[in-house]
Amino acid sequence: MQQIFNFLIRNKNSILFLILFVVSVFLTIQNHAFHKSRFVSSANFVTGGVYSWSSNINTYLHLDEYNERLLEENNKLRNIISNINDSISIEKQLDSTSFEGDYLFRTARVINNNFTKVDNYLTLNRGEKSGIEQEYGVITSQGIVGIVDRVNDNYSRVISILNSRSRINAQLNKSNHFGSLVWNGKDPNIVQLIDVPRQAPLQKGDTIITGGRSLIFPKGLPIGSIQDFTLDQTQSYYTINIKLFNDMTNIGYVYVIENVNKEEVEKLQEPNEQ
Amino acid sequence: MNSKLLSNIARFIILVFLQVLILNNINFLGYINPYLYVLFLLLYPFAGNQSLFLFLSFLLGLSVDIFEDSGGINAAACLVAAFVRPNLLRFSFGISYDHQNIRLAATPFGSKLSYVFLMVLIHHFVLFSLEMFSFSHILLVLKKTLFSSIFTVIVILLSLTLFSKKYR
Repeated sequence: MQQIFNFLIRNKNSILFLILFVVSVFLTIQNHAFHKSRFVSSANFVTGGVYSWSSNINTYLHLDEYNERLLEENNKLRNIISNINDSISIEKQLDSTSFEGDYLFRTARVINNNFTKVDNYLTLNRGEKSGIEQEYGVITSQGIVGIVDRVNDNYSRVISILNSRSRINAQLNKSNHFGSLVWNGKDPNIVQLIDVPRQAPLQKGDTIITGGRSLIFPKGLPIGSIQDFTLDQTQSYYTINIKLFNDMTNIGYVYVIENVNKEEVEKLQEPNEQ
Repeated sequence: MNSKLLSNIARFIILVFLQVLILNNINFLGYINPYLYVLFLLLYPFAGNQSLFLFLSFLLGLSVDIFEDSGGINAAACLVAAFVRPNLLRFSFGISYDHQNIRLAATPFGSKLSYVFLMVLIHHFVLFSLEMFSFSHILLVLKKTLFSSIFTVIVILLSLTLFSKKYR
């Protein structure tokens, strides 16, 4: 017994090192598992507070740019509205206080954004109190950003599309061939669309849009354009490099999308218990 | 002793905030960031309690991890660097270090450089290996380790020169 205690005391530093090292490796592995990172995340009271404080200052420096983006988006929406002949439906939409569509949009500000690592996350300044929940989609006016994965009262964390574990359904604009959007961890402006069947008609510069097969993003949101493409080893699927429309390194304000009918659809897709 | 404790606490807090609010956003050439918070590991009193040092370095890494959403990679990297520090000190400064309370600012440039560079290299290698978490990306890990290390060492040496009092 005496010897055991002596051994422990003599090697206390090595033992402490081993214990703490195992803890940190455990945290790392847990962080690599989708939806399971429970303990350590930037969507908590302290870090959220610090980040929103620093982003309050930072936003002033980018006000011009945000204004320009809003102007552009307004311009686009005005073009669409003025070209719709059926003006009655618009008026009805403007008058009504209740919401009737399939998707509900909320605005939020990005208070922390990573893009240099292999697994990147963003932090938003809205949380449960503003109605944001897990698995809501996040977009900007130019393209998609990611999916909400953790929420607390006032902040939420978003898995960026620049994350090795992010897989988003996407398809070609001109045909219905679809694949999964992934990222190889290299260039924050280029993402990859994999598992596109060989018969898909591909051309450089073609637009890639969201597929609408998942319940997270509505169909038809722009993602990016094809930069180049290669066949994979089996010679039956394409791997496509896509240049993103939105600059993931410079995101100010985002829209968070709620699919109102999600529960209903999920209920329908559930396998029968009996 | 008391002022030493206070200055170490202050250094801990300032370095964490400096790292997450400013230095993590530099992204020189797309992916190169200096990890200045290693400075805390370098400057912790050489004769201090080793167990406490291990625990503090774990805490330091974990605080950066929480801000960065990176699991435990910074904590593991700091821990390894802290664990091998006595060996590196002996290697760089000779056996004299545990007898005399030497100050880093007063050591010759060559041994200072080797101490700083080896610490940073070990820290960065563990950091980036755990970040990639796959053997197929070993080249990318080495590339990131090398370039980030050079950047970090430059920033650390500059700040050591800037903030050293009574240079003798």
